Parts: sequence; structure tokens; C-alpha cells
Amino acid sequence: MSKTLLAALLLGLSLSLHAASTLEQFHFDKQQQTDDFRELLGQMRCLVCQNESLAASNADLAQDLREELYEQVASGKNKQDVIDFMVARYGDFVLYKPPLRPSTYLIWFGPILLLLIGAVILYRILRKQTSMKASTLTEAEKQRAEALLKSTESGTPAS
Amino acid sequence: MKRTLKFILPLAIFLGIAIFLYRGLSIDPHAIPSPLIDKPLPAFELPLLTPEGKTLSNKDLLGKVYLLNVWATWCVSCRAEHRTLVQLARSGLLELYGIDWKDDDAAAQVWLNQLGNPYQAVMVDKKGRTAIDLGVYGAPETFLIDKKGIIRKKYAGAITPSLLESEILPLAKKLRAES
Repeated sequence: MSKTLLAALLLGLSLSLHAASTLEQFHFDKQQQTDDFRELLGQMRCLVCQNESLAASNADLAQDLREELYEQVASGKNKQDVIDFMVARYGDFVLYKPPLRPSTYLIWFGPILLLLIGAVILYRILRKQTSMKASTLTEAEKQRAEALLKSTESGTPAS
Repeated sequence: MKRTLKFILPLAIFLGIAIFLYRGLSIDPHAIPSPLIDKPLPAFELPLLTPEGKTLSNKDLLGKVYLLNVWATWCVSCRAEHRTLVQLARSGLLELYGIDWKDDDAAAQVWLNQLGNPYQAVMVDKKGRTAIDLGVYGAPETFLIDKKGIIRKKYAGAITPSLLESEILPLAKKLRAES
């Protein structure tokens, strides 16, 4: 157990060190710019190795883009400017978080929709079960049922 | 009625999922739709590989339909693609301009001498800054540009003879007919 935990910790540490090593060459005057830069690179996809962020990737293109974004942030551009710059060139795909627009409604609301459908189905099933429990026998039916049970116990089935 | 629904609904759900998954098999995750389609070619002015000291800008290329091919000698698919490009150049059906992306000039020159030079001109993008403006994320990438300098199509990956025949050349012909 503790070994697994240690391994996980080490993996996490190595990943964060890895990301840090690609970023440590970039220095800004203001802390705010450093934070913006790191946040931007973290939320953008490297288009070469698509499962790595721009912050973590060692691809050549990722390094070029880091330098480009560094210059932009250092020259005082705000986060939205930089995001627009990237999206204009590489499309929404460069963002890990897709923007909300009609073509992405299914991504954003699909899970909620499925949840609602599931809830409706669950509700209907539960209601069916409770309504089955609630149906009680009338006095006449009860007597008939008892008579039937008795007759089977004595060995002669009622006809 | 309810019976048939109970039978058909799981089947429909299964078929839906199966179709989506099957389609997923043939989708190339590296073919990313470019936001630059139907937008003007970004402005650039790049030095030529030869003759040295000369430059070419996007404005110099206005008024003609051509292919803009981003390549490099370190790119393996570019070598595979090159023969098709040379054949295209020989046919004279469509002009081809090249951008040598983050490459060594001498190596590029050797490449062209050995494999043939299909390009009207080869521009050099040493730092890859123009490639970023073009949204290039891998070589080769090829853009079909119309007379007004609008990007009409983008192809990521190698150009093949069948792609030329079935799509690029017919489209180029249509674009040439535009005023």
C-alpha cells in the first residue's frame, strides 16, 4: 500500500518537475505574468503530442510556441489575446476546454442529458415497484386465497 | 407495442454505439480542422533559399492559384511526398511554392539537387514563425491558395497522386475559373 503511494508520489513529482523544466528558462518582470504564462500553457494542447499540454511537451513545435507566447505575455498582452492568437491559428482543438457554442452543446450538456434520462427511467421503475406493493387484496380475495392455500396444504387441489 | 419497444430500444442503442465506435476507427486524430480555411493567407515575407538575399511575400503571389507546401529535410513523409510533387511540377498543371520549415539551408539544397526541385521558389522559415501563423503542426502540410490569396484547402500529411487527381486538381481548375 505504502509502496504504491510512494510510486504515485514519485510519478507526480517527476511529472511536475518535467513541466517545470520546460518553463524555467522563461522569466518575467511581474509575478502576474509568470502565473498567466503557466496557466495558459497548462490549458493548451500540444498539437504534436496531443495528450501533453504545451507546458509539458518536449516537441519542437511546443518549444516554438512557448517562446512565441512568452514574447506575447512579456510584451503585455492579456490572457484572452493570447488565447485568441492560438485559436485563430490552430482552432478550438488547441484548448483542452472547448468553448460553449452550438456545435459544442452536446459535449457540455450531453452528460447532464444522460443523467436526466437515467433519473427519469429510475423514477419510473421505482414508482412501478411502489404501486405494486400498494395494491392490497380486498376482503373477498383474501378469503379466497386462504381457502386455496388450505386446500393445497391438505393435498387436494381446489378446482 | 411495449414489447417491441423493449426489444428494439437496446438494439438501437447498441447500433448507435457501434456506428460511432466504427467511425472512430477511421478518424485520424492528427487531422485537425484548420480555422484558416476561407481566410486570407497570413502576411509573410521570407528569404528565398536561392538566390540568396532575395525575399518573397504573400503579396507577390496574389493573382494565381497555387499550392503552398511546408516541408523540411528532417521530415520523413516529405520524402515520400516529394516524388508526387515533382510529377506535378512536370505536368505543369498547378504551381507549387515551398516553405522550408526549421531546416538547414545546405541540407535543403542537397535534397533539391538530389530529388529534383518541383518548386517555383522555396522560402526559408528558419524560426518557424510563419509556420505558426499558418497553424502548421507537422510537416508536410499543403495549402491551396486562390487568386485573391485566400486559403481554400489545407492538407496535413503527404500529398498523394490520387488526392491530386480526385480533389486538388479539379478544385484548382474551378478556382482558376473564378474572377
